[in-house]
Amino acid sequence: MFEILDKKELCEKVHQFRIKAPHLVSKAKAGQFVILRKDEAGERIPMSIGGLDRKNGILTVVIQEVGKTSAAMNRMKKGDFFADVVGPLGLPSHVEKFGHCVCIGGGVGIPPIYPIAQALKDTGNKVTSIIGARTKSLLIFEEELAFASHELKISTDDGSFGTHGFVTTILQQMIDGGDKIDMVIAIGPVPMMKAVVNTTREPKIKTYVSLNPIMVDGTGMCGACRVTVGGKTKFACVDGPDFDGHEVDFDEMTKRQKMYHRYEKLAYDKFLENDHCRLAKAAAELKNKTT
Amino acid sequence: MTENKKFNDMTKKERMQLPRVKMPEQDPRARKKNFQEVPFGLTPEMAIAESWRCIECKNPKCIEGCPVEVDIPAFILKVRAGDFVGAARKIKETNALPAICGRVCPQEEQCEKVCVLGAKYKPVAIGYLERFVADFERNNKLIEIPKTAKATGKKIAVVGSGPAGLTVAADLALLGHKVVIYEALHKLGGVLIYGIPEFRLPKAIVASEVDYLKKLGVEVNNSFVVGKLDTVDELLEAGFDAVFIGTGAGLPNFMHIEGENLNGVYSSNEFLTRSNLMAAYDFPNMDTPIFVGKNVAVLGGGNTAMDSVRTALRLGAENGYIIYRRSRTEMPARIEEIHHAEQEGVQFNFLTNPIRFIGNSDGWVTHMECIRMELGEPDSSGRRRPVPIEGSNFTLPVDTVVIAVGNSSNPLIPQTTPGLNTNRWGNITVDEKTMMTSRKGVFAGGDIVTGGATVILAAGAGKVAARAIHRYVLGLPMIDEGKKEEETPAQKAG
Repeated sequence: MFEILDKKELCEKVHQFRIKAPHLVSKAKAGQFVILRKDEAGERIPMSIGGLDRKNGILTVVIQEVGKTSAAMNRMKKGDFFADVVGPLGLPSHVEKFGHCVCIGGGVGIPPIYPIAQALKDTGNKVTSIIGARTKSLLIFEEELAFASHELKISTDDGSFGTHGFVTTILQQMIDGGDKIDMVIAIGPVPMMKAVVNTTREPKIKTYVSLNPIMVDGTGMCGACRVTVGGKTKFACVDGPDFDGHEVDFDEMTKRQKMYHRYEKLAYDKFLENDHCRLAKAAAELKNKTT
Repeated sequence: MTENKKFNDMTKKERMQLPRVKMPEQDPRARKKNFQEVPFGLTPEMAIAESWRCIECKNPKCIEGCPVEVDIPAFILKVRAGDFVGAARKIKETNALPAICGRVCPQEEQCEKVCVLGAKYKPVAIGYLERFVADFERNNKLIEIPKTAKATGKKIAVVGSGPAGLTVAADLALLGHKVVIYEALHKLGGVLIYGIPEFRLPKAIVASEVDYLKKLGVEVNNSFVVGKLDTVDELLEAGFDAVFIGTGAGLPNFMHIEGENLNGVYSSNEFLTRSNLMAAYDFPNMDTPIFVGKNVAVLGGGNTAMDSVRTALRLGAENGYIIYRRSRTEMPARIEEIHHAEQEGVQFNFLTNPIRFIGNSDGWVTHMECIRMELGEPDSSGRRRPVPIEGSNFTLPVDTVVIAVGNSSNPLIPQTTPGLNTNRWGNITVDEKTMMTSRKGVFAGGDIVTGGATVILAAGAGKVAARAIHRYVLGLPMIDEGKKEEETPAQKAG
């Protein structure tokens, strides 16, 4: 059992958890992931590591509500326990002295880019981070990234903050402006990662992406997370999650992520319905008490 | 007992001619819709009657036929005397998991294959009897928790909690050692939990084995991935005197053909893990989903293939196909599983091999192209090699495919344990007399050593390893002089 030490809402439907997991934290490296299971009926879901407080043995994960499991997790409170936090899983990000590294995060891909940026910076690289969101209110982890990078650049799709456009708008500007970039790592929604690798393909900049396909065990046993990289099937859980972005078949990955959409929607709708009933009941009880 | 008197008056020849007991089972039409166990088990009367069919041969072949040499005639004699608990304990002297092995051992290839009765009549139903006595002991809460030997002060880590790990842990705990199990998944039991479905091996039986270990004082760490959280070396540094690796064959083989990553194409590991470990058959009460379409093709001819196709039928598939490249006689599955699958309406396509999977624009599998095969010359396995018949290609409409063509060993531990030798298939190599690996104090057994094999072989390897670990941690000579020339189960199987 793993205790939630504290928890806060970063933006709508996105919650940050700090979980007590000293053994895991002492072993985990930037770029690895964990598998969470809420309770005995829960599914096993892979989650990026969004921070490692080694001194206090605290793991940070950031969960966006996209279905039943994430919704139920985001309704957990400080002092609640996860049934399982398994890990650290996968291979750590490739961290060496590259020179100038650009770390790109989008949406809930921003938190996991933070420990990687920090590790790259600690290894003596110059780190520029680019983070993006649809709009200003959805930007998260700015402070963390500002701390872990030499320079932080921000984009919003609607122009409400930073550069008007996408993370790739900024990346393209850097390339066009003659910035020497030795390595790029991008974590975020598949369309964003695909756009990043398309931007760096021609200038031939080494680009890593961190993939988050559907998984069950996370130790190489089930093969649910297979992705095609360089024409070969790889298991993201043991061969990744980081891969050479220029070799990844993103179209296949996008399709594979939709495998359970119908079921996910069913479970989520049912959860929200129950949630509404619970809320209505609680409101009615409150009203009864006050009257 | 009057029954016994009747049998007692019979000659051995008359007893041999008695009909072999028939296992009462759920009706195929009913069981196709549920996950409850298919056979109901024998009644005490049935078990006693069957026990009389054993004619106590002077030179019983059945013991040699058993990979762990259970004293089969002795336990059957106890059944005849009505001492079912005594019979169960007799088996447990050499096989710690009779309730499980009685259900999943390929008896027709082992003890029952060589039963003397089999030459002229049907062999004694040894598997049914084994299962009966173990169930009797458990259901009547007569499982004795033996007093463990005086604490030795030695600590042993067991990595993996499948049949090998469970056996090692129990044996070492009994010998007075402190045992800690590390299991990567959230439930103990390994393949017994994630792989074998409820309708073939009820999970309560595995839970009972785990409970037994806990009562012996074995400490359990689930959701602990050795190699990621702590490595084998770190366990040794942390004060373990020995480590046993029983991590199984946990890396699914794929066909490496076109379209394998289409949606709807599963490895059997994923398909069965979703249904068994994650209880996806109970979605949405359980959170894990599983997709089963109308036409489900399962590739392979082993027990895992049978488990997968029968699971698919229970999850609502209209057509469940087995696609197997050899013929019926080469199928490695237990006869009982093939028989049950047939009764449930599974359609067998022998001498058929898939060439590619065809999908739609959304990335879902819709068809499978196959080719017919014929049997050629025997290959290295001694089985006739299937050869494609040119021009015999055809397509089969499918919306779910389960690939059940075996597993390789998971590389996680070999990769993170320097100096641990493996063979060219990635299996850990061991001294077969002691199951010690190339690393001092590190032992291994089960599928991680043999490649995908059987529960009984893994349990047998666990027995051998436990004895050797015991000697190792106490500083005794690694091989008991008296037993030096004894063949190990693994050697016998090899």
